[in-house]
Amino acid sequence: MNALPASITEAAASLRRRETSAAELTEVALERAHRDRLNAWLLVADERARAQAKAADERLRRGDAPPLCGIPWACKDIIGTKGVETTAGSRILDGYVPPYSATVVERLDAAGAVMVGKTNLDEFAMGSSNENSAFGPVRNPWRADRVPGGSSGGSAVAVAAGHALFALGTDTGGSIRQPGALTGVVGMKPTYGRVSRYGVVAFASSLDQVGPFTRTVEDCAIVCQALFGKDPHDATTMPLPAEDLRRDLDRGVEGLRIGVPKEFFIEGMEPDVERAVRDALAELERQGAALVDISLPSTDHGLAVYYIIQPAEASSNLARYDGVRYGLRVEGRDLLETYRRTRGEGFGPEVKRRMILGTYALSAGYYDAYYVKAQKVRTLIKAEFDRAFERCDAIVTPTSPTVAFRIGQKVDDPLAMYLNDVFTLPGNIAGLPGISVPCGFSDGLPIGLQVMASSFQEATLFRVAAAYERATGFHEKRPEVAA
Amino acid sequence: MPIDRRTVVHAADLARIALTDAEVERFTGQLSVVLDAVARLAEVDTSAIPPSASTLPLRNVERDDEPRPGLGAEEALANAPRGGRDGEFFRVQEVLQER
Repeated sequence: MNALPASITEAAASLRRRETSAAELTEVALERAHRDRLNAWLLVADERARAQAKAADERLRRGDAPPLCGIPWACKDIIGTKGVETTAGSRILDGYVPPYSATVVERLDAAGAVMVGKTNLDEFAMGSSNENSAFGPVRNPWRADRVPGGSSGGSAVAVAAGHALFALGTDTGGSIRQPGALTGVVGMKPTYGRVSRYGVVAFASSLDQVGPFTRTVEDCAIVCQALFGKDPHDATTMPLPAEDLRRDLDRGVEGLRIGVPKEFFIEGMEPDVERAVRDALAELERQGAALVDISLPSTDHGLAVYYIIQPAEASSNLARYDGVRYGLRVEGRDLLETYRRTRGEGFGPEVKRRMILGTYALSAGYYDAYYVKAQKVRTLIKAEFDRAFERCDAIVTPTSPTVAFRIGQKVDDPLAMYLNDVFTLPGNIAGLPGISVPCGFSDGLPIGLQVMASSFQEATLFRVAAAYERATGFHEKRPEVAA
Repeated sequence: MPIDRRTVVHAADLARIALTDAEVERFTGQLSVVLDAVARLAEVDTSAIPPSASTLPLRNVERDDEPRPGLGAEEALANAPRGGRDGEFFRVQEVLQER
């Protein structure tokens, strides 16, 4: 075997027919990861992976293995892994080895999945192109001079380039969906409160959510099934009864109402992106869905709300990196100077910008004008989505206004970079689930279609995305990557 | 409202981040553009709108207060920065100085 199967479901079936083994799948994934030239990986965990594969094969032989048993996966390096160095893409965590694993890692370990290693990302998940990593940019497998999107760029590439069958990312403003779109894979942000954030390096705590990258919508539902659920270690996980997330995958969209918000079809969107999304809407209509024009008038303010709340929360969360208990320490003449030098040298430019912006927005005299104001507009945006979902079952939009752009193109223009997330960050502000699925190509580069649903209605989101995926072959196209 | 050098330096001080002069220069320009974009929020009438800190319908999540072991001293100290450990203590510079 020299390539991984096309999906988790195919691999799981092969494993159960004894056509392959977890050990064999793992060797392929490890070899791929080691030969990677796209800078997707920060660490390959050979020994840990081989030990997990051995245990998975024993479990498969016993015949009671869950669906992810023996499946190789890639972990964004902002998710803590016990005994395995975790960098968050930053120099400031230099040498940090977590003494415990994140709940999501423990759940996947318990499900028998095999973690291949840790993937590259924008520093502290701050970025939309993966160029903000302290360990160099990740390249797009469809064209190596293009970004893969971010911040979970390494995880997206690991799946797109066939190094792993799924990956975990984190999505604070689009950091799973946007790189999913730009690399031609499925990327999904669950409803805020679905997945535990315990053990994940905190960025903006009211917006962060962990979610999967996969090749297919069904695979995405399978991974979500393993991740979702209340965690006593995270008070923001919702206690909800267990449900089968795959129950509606084959139901089709007949009779469903698909909302099309006019504010998401804006100037600045590339014509090929708009065309692909309009075609996708026509396909859903052809399958029996009713398209409903809706309006989300405060969409225009999403970016502003996001660029106050997110840096404000981040400036508070990242206060812990002080060079005292772990990571980098750059000593100065006194303790205050040590803090300043440690953080001055340990953080990259984008993190510093956001720390300054967030600190400013929270500082005396500006708090009400910026932070409280943004929280009020957040209420408005959420209320507009709630009203829209009275008239439709799902909302369909582009994931990103553009396809993958050139490395270096936007690095000196933060605002232009922030606009990459203009269609995804409203979902974080309102806490809604969203999925990006491949919906075409522009000059050989993938385009993503975003499906959003009401809070905790992931089954509906999968239903729409799966119906679209069945009718098109975009998810089956793979880059001719020199892996 | 444009942001000036002094404000950037002040916020960086509050955030305990040492900046070079070149960084102050660059960030002042870049953050002014970003703040101009976010300042448009002032146009929105929010006089009757309460702020949202969270999108979840959860309040006062409680659990039983059961004792359980935490990190051991060795585990907690294992990640101390280079030069930042002294036996079973983290080594830090003095916080209070005698006058």
